[in-house]
Amino acid sequence: MFDFLKRPVQAFQDFILLTGKAMRNIFRGPHYGDDILIQMDAIGVGSLMIVMLVGLFSGLIMGQQMARALRTYGATGQIGYIVSVALIRELGPVLVALLVAGRNASGMASELGSMKVTEQIDAMRALGTDPIQKLVTPRLIATAVTLPLLTIIADFLGLVGGFLIAYFQFAVPFSQYWTPAWQNLAYADVAEGLVKPFSFAIIISLVGCFYGMRTTGGTEGVGRSTTKAVVVSSIWIFVTTYFLGKIFVNMR
Amino acid sequence: MSGESVLRFEDVCLWFGETPGLDHVSFEIAAGESRIIYGAAGSGKTTLLKTALGLLTPDSGRIFVFGEDVTGLKESAWFGIRARMGMLFQEGGLFDSMTVGENVAYPVVNSLAYRLARHEANGEVQDKVREVLRFVDLEQTFDKVPSELSGGMRRRVGIARAIVTEPPLVLYDSPTAGLDPITANTIVTLILKERDLRNAASLFVTHRFQDGHLMAKFRYNPSSGQIEAASQDGDKPGRTKFFVMNGGRLVFTGTLAELQIAEDPYVRKFAK
Repeated sequence: MFDFLKRPVQAFQDFILLTGKAMRNIFRGPHYGDDILIQMDAIGVGSLMIVMLVGLFSGLIMGQQMARALRTYGATGQIGYIVSVALIRELGPVLVALLVAGRNASGMASELGSMKVTEQIDAMRALGTDPIQKLVTPRLIATAVTLPLLTIIADFLGLVGGFLIAYFQFAVPFSQYWTPAWQNLAYADVAEGLVKPFSFAIIISLVGCFYGMRTTGGTEGVGRSTTKAVVVSSIWIFVTTYFLGKIFVNMR
Repeated sequence: MSGESVLRFEDVCLWFGETPGLDHVSFEIAAGESRIIYGAAGSGKTTLLKTALGLLTPDSGRIFVFGEDVTGLKESAWFGIRARMGMLFQEGGLFDSMTVGENVAYPVVNSLAYRLARHEANGEVQDKVREVLRFVDLEQTFDKVPSELSGGMRRRVGIARAIVTEPPLVLYDSPTAGLDPITANTIVTLILKERDLRNAASLFVTHRFQDGHLMAKFRYNPSSGQIEAASQDGDKPGRTKFFVMNGGRLVFTGTLAELQIAEDPYVRKFAK
Protein backbone atom coordinates (compact mmCIF):
# COMPACT_ATOMS: atom_id res chain seq x y z
CA MET A 1 0.00 0.00 0.00
CA PHE A 2 2.79 2.42 0.91
CA ASP A 3 5.17 1.01 -1.67
CA PHE A 4 5.59 4.40 -3.29
CA LEU A 5 7.26 5.58 -0.06
CA LYS A 6 9.91 2.86 -0.19
CA ARG A 7 12.33 4.65 -2.47
CA PRO A 8 12.31 8.07 -0.82
CA VAL A 9 12.62 6.48 2.63
CA GLN A 10 15.48 4.29 1.40
CA ALA A 11 17.19 7.34 -0.12
CA PHE A 12 16.77 9.30 3.09
CA GLN A 13 18.25 6.44 5.07
CA ASP A 14 21.24 6.31 2.70
CA PHE A 15 21.64 10.05 3.11
CA ILE A 16 21.65 9.79 6.91
CA LEU A 17 24.24 6.97 6.70
CA LEU A 18 26.47 9.11 4.46
CA THR A 19 26.05 12.05 6.85
CA GLY A 20 27.05 9.88 9.81
CA LYS A 21 30.13 8.51 8.06
CA ALA A 22 31.22 11.92 6.77
CA MET A 23 30.86 13.48 10.24
CA ARG A 24 32.66 10.61 11.95
CA ASN A 25 35.56 10.98 9.53
CA ILE A 26 36.10 14.57 10.71
CA PHE A 27 37.41 13.17 13.98
CA ARG A 28 39.22 10.20 12.50
CA GLY A 29 42.31 9.91 10.33
CA PRO A 30 43.66 9.83 7.74
CA HIS A 31 42.97 13.50 6.99
CA TYR A 32 43.40 14.91 3.51
CA GLY A 33 44.50 18.47 4.26
CA ASP A 34 45.38 19.25 0.63
CA ASP A 35 41.90 18.30 -0.52
CA ILE A 36 40.31 20.54 2.13
CA LEU A 37 42.41 23.50 0.95
CA ILE A 38 41.64 22.84 -2.72
CA GLN A 39 37.91 22.72 -1.94
CA MET A 40 38.09 25.88 0.19
CA ASP A 41 39.69 27.62 -2.76
CA ALA A 42 37.02 26.33 -5.16
CA ILE A 43 34.08 27.18 -2.89
CA GLY A 44 35.33 30.22 -0.99
CA VAL A 45 37.61 32.10 -3.35
CA GLY A 46 35.72 30.86 -6.39
CA SER A 47 32.38 32.20 -5.13
CA LEU A 48 33.75 35.43 -3.68
CA MET A 49 33.09 37.76 -6.62
CA ILE A 50 29.55 36.62 -7.32
CA VAL A 51 28.69 36.63 -3.60
CA MET A 52 30.00 40.20 -3.26
CA LEU A 53 27.97 41.34 -6.26
CA VAL A 54 24.79 39.70 -5.05
CA GLY A 55 25.31 41.02 -1.52
CA LEU A 56 25.76 44.57 -2.75
CA PHE A 57 22.76 44.46 -5.05
CA SER A 58 20.45 42.88 -2.49
CA GLY A 59 21.30 45.80 -0.19
CA LEU A 60 20.66 48.31 -2.98
CA ILE A 61 17.31 46.71 -3.81
CA MET A 62 16.20 46.47 -0.20
CA GLY A 63 17.20 50.06 0.45
CA GLN A 64 15.23 51.23 -2.56
CA GLN A 65 12.04 49.32 -1.77
CA MET A 66 12.07 49.83 1.98
CA ALA A 67 12.82 53.55 1.75
CA ARG A 68 9.76 54.10 -0.44
CA ALA A 69 7.51 52.32 2.03
CA LEU A 70 9.11 54.04 5.02
CA ARG A 71 8.78 57.47 3.43
CA THR A 72 4.97 57.30 3.58
CA TYR A 73 5.35 57.20 7.39
CA GLY A 74 8.18 59.73 7.37
CA ALA A 75 10.49 57.11 8.77
CA THR A 76 13.29 56.92 6.21
CA GLY A 77 15.69 57.24 9.16
CA GLN A 78 14.88 53.64 10.13
CA ILE A 79 16.16 52.26 6.84
CA GLY A 80 19.48 51.12 8.30
CA TYR A 81 17.69 49.15 11.01
CA ILE A 82 15.41 47.33 8.58
CA VAL A 83 18.13 46.55 6.08
CA SER A 84 20.52 45.22 8.71
CA VAL A 85 18.00 43.00 10.49
CA ALA A 86 16.51 41.52 7.33
CA LEU A 87 19.87 40.99 5.67
CA ILE A 88 21.78 39.54 8.58
CA ARG A 89 19.01 37.35 9.92
CA GLU A 90 17.55 36.00 6.72
CA LEU A 91 18.40 37.30 3.29
CA GLY A 92 22.18 37.22 3.46
CA PRO A 93 22.45 33.58 4.55
CA VAL A 94 19.75 32.36 2.19
CA LEU A 95 20.93 34.23 -0.90
CA VAL A 96 24.55 33.19 -0.43
CA ALA A 97 23.53 29.59 0.26
CA LEU A 98 21.41 29.48 -2.89
CA LEU A 99 24.30 30.83 -4.94
CA VAL A 100 26.75 28.35 -3.49
CA ALA A 101 24.19 25.57 -3.97
CA GLY A 102 23.92 26.51 -7.63
CA ARG A 103 27.68 26.75 -8.04
CA ASN A 104 29.07 24.06 -5.77
CA ALA A 105 26.37 21.50 -4.96
CA SER A 106 26.10 21.06 -8.73
CA GLY A 107 29.89 21.02 -9.05
CA MET A 108 30.24 18.34 -6.39
CA ALA A 109 27.45 16.22 -7.84
CA SER A 110 28.87 16.36 -11.35
CA GLU A 111 32.48 15.80 -10.28
CA LEU A 112 31.71 12.87 -8.00
CA GLY A 113 29.10 11.60 -10.48
CA SER A 114 31.65 11.52 -13.30
CA MET A 115 34.08 9.75 -11.01
CA LYS A 116 31.37 7.22 -10.16
CA VAL A 117 30.43 6.42 -13.75
CA THR A 118 34.07 6.15 -14.89
CA GLU A 119 34.78 3.72 -12.01
CA GLN A 120 37.15 6.13 -10.27
CA ILE A 121 35.26 5.74 -6.98
CA ASP A 122 35.54 1.95 -7.25
CA ALA A 123 39.21 2.35 -8.14
CA MET A 124 39.68 4.48 -5.06
CA ARG A 125 38.16 1.78 -2.86
CA ALA A 126 40.18 -0.88 -4.66
CA LEU A 127 43.35 1.09 -3.94
CA GLY A 128 42.63 1.19 -0.25
CA THR A 129 41.14 4.68 0.19
CA ASP A 130 37.75 5.39 1.73
CA PRO A 131 35.99 7.63 -0.84
CA ILE A 132 33.92 9.28 1.89
CA GLN A 133 37.08 10.18 3.77
CA LYS A 134 38.88 11.38 0.65
CA LEU A 135 36.02 13.10 -1.22
CA VAL A 136 33.04 13.88 1.01
CA THR A 137 34.58 14.94 4.33
CA PRO A 138 36.96 17.53 2.77
CA ARG A 139 34.03 19.08 0.90
CA LEU A 140 31.93 19.13 4.08
CA ILE A 141 34.67 20.81 6.11
CA ALA A 142 35.53 23.28 3.35
CA THR A 143 31.91 24.36 2.85
CA ALA A 144 31.23 24.61 6.58
CA VAL A 145 34.22 26.94 7.00
CA THR A 146 33.77 29.11 3.91
CA LEU A 147 29.99 29.59 3.73
CA PRO A 148 29.71 31.58 7.03
CA LEU A 149 32.66 33.72 5.89
CA LEU A 150 31.05 34.39 2.52
CA THR A 151 27.82 35.28 4.30
CA ILE A 152 29.58 37.83 6.51
CA ILE A 153 31.09 39.47 3.44
CA ALA A 154 27.73 39.52 1.62
CA ASP A 155 25.98 40.96 4.71
CA PHE A 156 28.51 43.76 4.99
CA LEU A 157 28.29 44.68 1.31
CA GLY A 158 24.50 44.58 1.56
CA LEU A 159 24.64 47.11 4.38
CA VAL A 160 26.91 49.28 2.23
CA GLY A 161 24.40 48.96 -0.63
CA GLY A 162 21.54 50.04 1.62
CA PHE A 163 23.63 52.95 2.80
CA LEU A 164 24.38 54.13 -0.75
CA ILE A 165 20.64 54.31 -1.50
CA ALA A 166 19.78 55.96 1.82
CA TYR A 167 22.60 58.51 1.56
CA PHE A 168 22.40 59.51 -2.09
CA GLN A 169 18.73 59.03 -2.88
CA PHE A 170 17.00 59.81 0.40
CA ALA A 171 19.58 62.08 2.03
CA VAL A 172 19.86 60.02 5.22
CA PRO A 173 23.05 61.12 7.02
CA PHE A 174 25.90 58.68 7.68
CA SER A 175 25.35 58.16 11.39
CA GLN A 176 21.57 58.04 11.09
CA TYR A 177 21.97 55.01 8.83
CA TRP A 178 24.78 53.16 10.58
CA THR A 179 23.87 53.79 14.25
CA PRO A 180 20.48 52.00 14.24
CA ALA A 181 21.85 49.42 11.81
CA TRP A 182 24.51 48.59 14.35
CA GLN A 183 22.77 49.19 17.70
CA ASN A 184 19.58 47.28 17.02
CA LEU A 185 21.47 44.10 16.26
CA ALA A 186 21.24 41.70 19.20
CA TYR A 187 23.60 38.81 19.73
CA ALA A 188 20.73 36.50 18.80
CA ASP A 189 20.57 38.12 15.36
CA VAL A 190 24.26 37.58 14.75
CA ALA A 191 24.01 34.02 16.07
CA GLU A 192 21.08 33.34 13.76
CA GLY A 193 23.03 34.85 10.87
CA LEU A 194 25.91 32.45 11.50
CA VAL A 195 24.07 29.29 12.54
CA LYS A 196 22.09 29.40 9.30
CA PRO A 197 25.02 29.42 6.84
CA PHE A 198 26.71 26.72 8.89
CA SER A 199 23.61 24.51 8.60
CA PHE A 200 23.20 25.34 4.91
CA ALA A 201 26.83 24.38 4.33
CA ILE A 202 26.18 20.93 5.73
CA ILE A 203 23.09 20.58 3.51
CA ILE A 204 24.83 21.83 0.33
CA SER A 205 27.96 19.70 0.64
CA LEU A 206 26.24 16.51 1.75
CA VAL A 207 23.37 16.72 -0.75
CA GLY A 208 25.84 17.48 -3.57
CA CYS A 209 28.11 14.59 -2.61
CA PHE A 210 25.17 12.25 -1.93
CA TYR A 211 23.72 12.61 -5.43
CA GLY A 212 27.19 12.45 -6.94
CA MET A 213 28.06 9.22 -5.15
CA ARG A 214 24.85 7.44 -6.17
CA THR A 215 25.01 8.41 -9.84
CA THR A 216 24.20 5.63 -12.27
CA GLY A 217 23.60 5.54 -16.00
CA GLY A 218 26.58 7.22 -17.64
CA THR A 219 26.83 10.87 -18.63
CA GLU A 220 23.06 11.26 -18.70
CA GLY A 221 23.00 10.13 -15.08
CA VAL A 222 25.57 12.79 -14.19
CA GLY A 223 23.23 15.45 -15.59
CA ARG A 224 20.32 14.08 -13.58
CA SER A 225 22.34 13.99 -10.36
CA THR A 226 23.50 17.56 -10.87
CA THR A 227 19.95 18.83 -11.34
CA LYS A 228 18.69 16.89 -8.33
CA ALA A 229 21.51 18.16 -6.14
CA VAL A 230 20.66 21.80 -6.88
CA VAL A 231 16.89 21.36 -6.56
CA VAL A 232 16.99 19.30 -3.38
CA SER A 233 19.59 21.44 -1.63
CA SER A 234 17.66 24.63 -2.52
CA ILE A 235 14.44 23.19 -1.12
CA TRP A 236 16.16 22.10 2.07
CA ILE A 237 17.72 25.53 2.47
CA PHE A 238 14.25 27.13 2.48
CA VAL A 239 12.73 24.53 4.79
CA THR A 240 15.65 24.78 7.20
CA THR A 241 15.70 28.56 7.26
CA TYR A 242 12.00 28.60 8.15
CA PHE A 243 12.44 26.26 11.10
CA LEU A 244 15.68 27.85 12.31
CA GLY A 245 13.98 31.24 12.08
CA LYS A 246 11.10 29.87 14.13
CA ILE A 247 13.48 28.66 16.83
CA PHE A 248 15.28 31.99 17.02
CA VAL A 249 12.01 33.99 17.07
CA ASN A 250 10.70 31.85 19.92
CA MET A 251 13.95 32.25 21.85
CA ARG A 252 13.67 35.96 22.37
CA MET B 1 50.74 -26.56 -9.99
CA SER B 2 49.43 -26.91 -6.46
CA GLY B 3 50.46 -23.69 -4.78
CA GLU B 4 48.70 -22.05 -1.88
CA SER B 5 45.16 -20.86 -2.53
CA VAL B 6 45.00 -17.22 -3.55
CA LEU B 7 41.29 -16.85 -4.16
CA ARG B 8 38.42 -19.21 -3.46
CA PHE B 9 34.68 -18.76 -4.07
CA GLU B 10 32.32 -21.21 -2.38
CA ASP B 11 28.79 -21.19 -3.77
CA VAL B 12 28.64 -17.40 -4.02
CA CYS B 13 25.32 -15.77 -4.97
CA LEU B 14 24.65 -12.09 -5.55
CA TRP B 15 21.38 -10.58 -6.75
CA PHE B 16 20.65 -7.21 -8.29
CA GLY B 17 16.98 -7.00 -7.38
CA GLU B 18 15.39 -9.80 -9.43
CA THR B 19 18.31 -10.47 -11.77
CA PRO B 20 21.18 -12.73 -10.74
CA GLY B 21 24.63 -11.11 -10.69
CA LEU B 22 26.36 -14.28 -9.54
CA ASP B 23 24.50 -17.58 -9.37
CA HIS B 24 26.13 -20.30 -7.20
CA VAL B 25 29.69 -19.57 -8.33
CA SER B 26 32.48 -21.76 -6.96
CA PHE B 27 36.14 -21.91 -8.01
CA GLU B 28 39.66 -21.73 -6.66
CA ILE B 29 42.91 -20.18 -7.93
CA ALA B 30 46.36 -21.05 -6.62
CA ALA B 31 49.46 -18.88 -6.71
CA GLY B 32 50.80 -18.31 -10.22
CA GLU B 33 47.66 -19.53 -11.99
CA SER B 34 45.56 -17.65 -14.53
CA ARG B 35 41.87 -17.79 -15.26
CA ILE B 36 40.44 -16.42 -18.48
CA ILE B 37 36.79 -15.46 -18.09
CA TYR B 38 34.66 -15.29 -21.23
CA GLY B 39 31.03 -14.28 -21.39
CA ALA B 40 28.53 -12.02 -23.10
CA ALA B 41 27.94 -8.49 -21.81
CA GLY B 42 26.00 -8.60 -18.56
CA SER B 43 26.87 -12.23 -17.83
CA GLY B 44 28.49 -11.35 -14.49
CA LYS B 45 32.19 -11.09 -15.40
CA THR B 46 32.77 -7.66 -13.89
CA THR B 47 30.51 -8.54 -10.95
CA LEU B 48 32.75 -11.52 -10.26
CA LEU B 49 35.87 -9.34 -10.13
CA LYS B 50 34.22 -6.68 -8.01
CA THR B 51 32.99 -9.32 -5.57
CA ALA B 52 36.49 -10.78 -5.31
CA LEU B 53 37.74 -7.30 -4.45
CA GLY B 54 35.02 -6.66 -1.87
CA LEU B 55 33.47 -3.79 -3.85
CA LEU B 56 30.24 -5.78 -3.95
CA THR B 57 28.97 -7.90 -1.06
CA PRO B 58 27.56 -11.34 -1.90
CA ASP B 59 24.13 -12.36 -0.58
CA SER B 60 25.26 -15.88 0.25
CA GLY B 61 28.29 -18.14 -0.04
CA ARG B 62 31.82 -17.68 1.26
CA ILE B 63 34.92 -16.03 -0.22
CA PHE B 64 38.51 -16.70 0.82
CA VAL B 65 41.35 -14.39 -0.22
CA PHE B 66 44.91 -15.59 0.49
CA GLY B 67 43.36 -18.31 2.64
CA GLU B 68 41.53 -15.78 4.82
CA ASP B 69 37.74 -15.83 5.09
CA VAL B 70 36.63 -12.38 3.93
CA THR B 71 32.87 -13.03 3.84
CA GLY B 72 31.01 -10.13 5.43
CA LEU B 73 34.18 -8.25 6.30
CA LYS B 74 33.79 -4.56 7.15
CA GLU B 75 34.95 -2.01 4.57
CA SER B 76 37.77 -0.81 6.82
CA ALA B 77 39.07 -4.36 7.22
CA TRP B 78 39.15 -4.81 3.43
CA PHE B 79 41.73 -2.09 2.86
CA GLY B 80 44.62 -4.23 4.08
CA ILE B 81 43.56 -7.17 1.89
CA ARG B 82 43.04 -5.02 -1.19
CA ALA B 83 46.59 -3.74 -0.82
CA ARG B 84 47.69 -7.23 -1.92
CA MET B 85 45.42 -7.28 -4.98
CA GLY B 86 45.78 -5.26 -8.17
CA MET B 87 42.81 -4.33 -10.33
CA LEU B 88 42.66 -2.89 -13.83
CA PHE B 89 39.26 -1.30 -14.47
CA GLN B 90 37.49 -1.43 -17.81
CA GLU B 91 38.37 2.12 -18.82
CA GLY B 92 41.48 2.24 -16.66
CA GLY B 93 39.70 3.98 -13.77
CA LEU B 94 42.47 6.60 -13.60
CA PHE B 95 41.93 9.70 -11.46
CA ASP B 96 41.43 12.65 -13.85
CA SER B 97 42.59 15.18 -11.30
CA MET B 98 46.06 13.65 -10.95
CA THR B 99 49.01 13.23 -13.29
CA VAL B 100 49.99 9.82 -14.57
CA GLY B 101 52.86 9.70 -12.10
CA GLU B 102 50.57 10.53 -9.17
CA ASN B 103 48.07 7.94 -10.34
CA VAL B 104 50.65 5.19 -10.41
CA ALA B 105 52.12 6.32 -7.09
CA TYR B 106 48.67 6.36 -5.45
CA PRO B 107 48.58 2.74 -4.22
CA VAL B 108 52.08 3.08 -2.76
CA VAL B 109 51.55 6.47 -1.14
CA ASN B 110 48.24 5.36 0.37
CA SER B 111 49.54 2.08 1.75
CA LEU B 112 49.72 1.75 5.50
CA ALA B 113 53.45 1.00 5.45
CA TYR B 114 54.19 4.22 3.56
CA ARG B 115 51.95 6.30 5.81
CA LEU B 116 53.82 5.00 8.84
CA ALA B 117 57.25 5.72 7.31
CA ARG B 118 55.96 9.08 6.02
CA HIS B 119 57.98 10.94 3.38
CA GLU B 120 61.25 9.22 4.18
CA ALA B 121 60.82 7.02 1.14
CA ASN B 122 59.68 9.73 -1.29
CA GLY B 123 62.59 9.32 -3.71
CA GLU B 124 62.14 5.56 -3.69
CA VAL B 125 58.49 5.94 -4.66
CA GLN B 126 59.43 8.12 -7.63
CA ASP B 127 61.97 5.53 -8.80
CA LYS B 128 59.46 2.73 -8.39
CA VAL B 129 56.78 4.62 -10.33
CA ARG B 130 59.21 5.34 -13.18
CA GLU B 131 60.29 1.72 -13.22
CA VAL B 132 56.69 0.48 -13.54
CA LEU B 133 55.89 3.08 -16.19
CA ARG B 134 58.95 1.87 -18.10
CA PHE B 135 57.55 -1.66 -17.78
CA VAL B 136 54.44 -0.56 -19.70
CA ASP B 137 56.63 1.59 -21.97
CA LEU B 138 55.08 4.92 -20.98
CA GLU B 139 57.74 6.61 -18.90
CA GLN B 140 57.48 9.76 -21.03
CA THR B 141 53.88 10.33 -19.85
CA PHE B 142 54.90 10.77 -16.20
CA ASP B 143 53.79 14.42 -15.99
CA LYS B 144 50.77 14.21 -18.29
CA VAL B 145 47.17 13.97 -17.10
CA PRO B 146 45.02 10.97 -18.14
CA SER B 147 42.82 13.03 -20.49
CA GLU B 148 45.85 13.64 -22.71
CA LEU B 149 46.36 9.90 -23.29
CA SER B 150 44.73 7.57 -25.79
CA GLY B 151 42.45 4.76 -24.64
CA GLY B 152 45.17 2.13 -25.00
CA MET B 153 47.68 4.25 -23.11
CA ARG B 154 45.20 4.81 -20.29
CA ARG B 155 44.80 1.06 -19.87
CA ARG B 156 48.56 0.59 -19.85
CA VAL B 157 48.82 3.21 -17.10
CA GLY B 158 46.00 1.31 -15.37
CA ILE B 159 48.11 -1.86 -15.56
CA ALA B 160 51.09 0.03 -14.15
CA ARG B 161 48.97 1.25 -11.25
CA ALA B 162 47.58 -2.24 -10.64
CA ILE B 163 51.01 -3.86 -10.41
CA VAL B 164 53.09 -1.11 -8.77
CA THR B 165 52.78 -2.74 -5.34
CA GLU B 166 53.66 -6.15 -6.87
CA PRO B 167 50.46 -7.82 -5.69
CA PRO B 168 50.28 -11.64 -5.74
CA LEU B 169 46.84 -11.45 -7.41
CA VAL B 170 45.89 -9.15 -10.30
CA LEU B 171 42.38 -8.74 -11.73
CA TYR B 172 42.01 -7.48 -15.31
CA ASP B 173 38.56 -6.25 -16.34
CA SER B 174 38.27 -6.33 -20.17
CA PRO B 175 41.69 -4.79 -20.77
CA THR B 176 41.38 -5.20 -24.54
CA ALA B 177 37.73 -4.22 -25.07
CA GLY B 178 37.22 -1.65 -27.81
CA LEU B 179 40.89 -1.49 -28.82
CA ASP B 180 42.42 -2.15 -32.20
CA PRO B 181 44.14 -5.57 -32.57
CA ILE B 182 47.66 -4.13 -32.39
CA THR B 183 47.07 -2.22 -29.15
CA ALA B 184 45.13 -5.17 -27.73
CA ASN B 185 48.09 -7.48 -28.39
CA THR B 186 50.45 -4.99 -26.74
CA ILE B 187 48.29 -5.12 -23.65
CA VAL B 188 48.09 -8.92 -23.56
CA THR B 189 51.87 -9.02 -24.00
CA LEU B 190 52.20 -6.80 -20.94
CA ILE B 191 49.96 -9.10 -18.96
CA LEU B 192 51.98 -12.13 -20.10
CA LYS B 193 55.18 -10.33 -19.14
CA GLU B 194 53.77 -9.50 -15.71
CA ARG B 195 52.70 -13.11 -15.23
CA ASP B 196 55.95 -14.72 -16.36
CA LEU B 197 58.33 -12.31 -14.65
CA ARG B 198 56.57 -12.16 -11.29
CA ASN B 199 54.49 -15.32 -11.29
CA ALA B 200 51.39 -13.45 -10.06
CA ALA B 201 47.98 -15.11 -10.16
CA SER B 202 45.45 -13.41 -12.40
CA LEU B 203 41.80 -13.26 -13.36
CA PHE B 204 41.44 -11.99 -16.92
CA VAL B 205 38.00 -10.95 -18.16
CA THR B 206 37.67 -10.65 -21.93
CA HIS B 207 35.43 -11.49 -24.83
CA ARG B 208 38.25 -11.86 -27.37
CA PHE B 209 39.18 -15.46 -27.99
CA GLN B 210 42.71 -14.47 -29.05
CA ASP B 211 43.49 -13.04 -25.60
CA GLY B 212 42.95 -16.38 -23.91
CA HIS B 213 44.79 -18.20 -26.67
CA LEU B 214 47.81 -15.94 -26.20
CA MET B 215 47.71 -16.40 -22.44
CA ALA B 216 47.59 -20.18 -22.72
CA LYS B 217 49.96 -20.81 -25.64
CA PHE B 218 52.59 -18.12 -25.36
CA ARG B 219 55.19 -17.07 -22.86
CA TYR B 220 57.35 -14.01 -22.36
CA ASN B 221 61.01 -14.37 -23.20
CA PRO B 222 62.96 -11.97 -20.99
CA SER B 223 66.12 -12.11 -23.10
CA SER B 224 64.45 -11.09 -26.36
CA GLY B 225 61.70 -8.96 -24.78
CA GLN B 226 59.15 -10.65 -27.03
CA ILE B 227 56.50 -13.28 -26.54
CA GLU B 228 57.06 -16.67 -28.12
CA ALA B 229 54.98 -19.77 -28.69
CA ALA B 230 55.11 -22.50 -26.07
CA SER B 231 53.22 -25.74 -25.83
CA GLN B 232 50.12 -25.42 -23.66
CA ASP B 233 51.48 -23.59 -20.59
CA GLY B 234 55.03 -24.63 -21.45
CA ASP B 235 56.33 -26.66 -18.54
CA LYS B 236 53.43 -25.73 -16.26
CA PRO B 237 50.39 -27.67 -17.47
CA GLY B 238 46.98 -26.59 -16.25
CA ARG B 239 48.20 -23.19 -15.15
CA THR B 240 45.79 -21.37 -17.46
CA LYS B 241 42.16 -22.36 -17.26
CA PHE B 242 39.06 -20.99 -18.91
CA PHE B 243 35.72 -19.97 -17.46
CA VAL B 244 32.64 -19.17 -19.50
CA MET B 245 29.88 -17.22 -17.77
CA ASN B 246 26.23 -16.91 -18.69
CA GLY B 247 23.55 -15.19 -16.60
CA GLY B 248 25.77 -15.12 -13.52
CA ARG B 249 26.61 -18.85 -13.70
CA LEU B 250 29.90 -20.52 -14.55
CA VAL B 251 28.75 -22.70 -17.44
CA PHE B 252 32.19 -23.99 -18.40
CA THR B 253 35.49 -24.62 -16.60
CA GLY B 254 38.44 -26.26 -18.31
CA THR B 255 41.63 -25.97 -20.33
CA LEU B 256 41.97 -24.48 -23.79
CA ALA B 257 41.84 -27.94 -25.39
CA GLU B 258 38.64 -28.75 -23.50
CA LEU B 259 37.14 -25.40 -24.49
CA GLN B 260 37.83 -26.09 -28.16
CA ILE B 261 35.91 -29.37 -28.11
CA ALA B 262 33.04 -28.13 -25.92
CA GLU B 263 29.58 -28.97 -27.27
CA ASP B 264 27.42 -26.36 -25.57
CA PRO B 265 26.43 -23.85 -28.29
CA TYR B 266 26.91 -20.82 -25.98
CA VAL B 267 30.38 -21.99 -24.92
CA ARG B 268 31.32 -22.80 -28.51
CA LYS B 269 30.86 -19.16 -29.49
CA PHE B 270 33.88 -18.28 -27.34
CA ALA B 271 36.01 -21.14 -28.70
CA LYS B 272 36.44 -19.30 -31.99
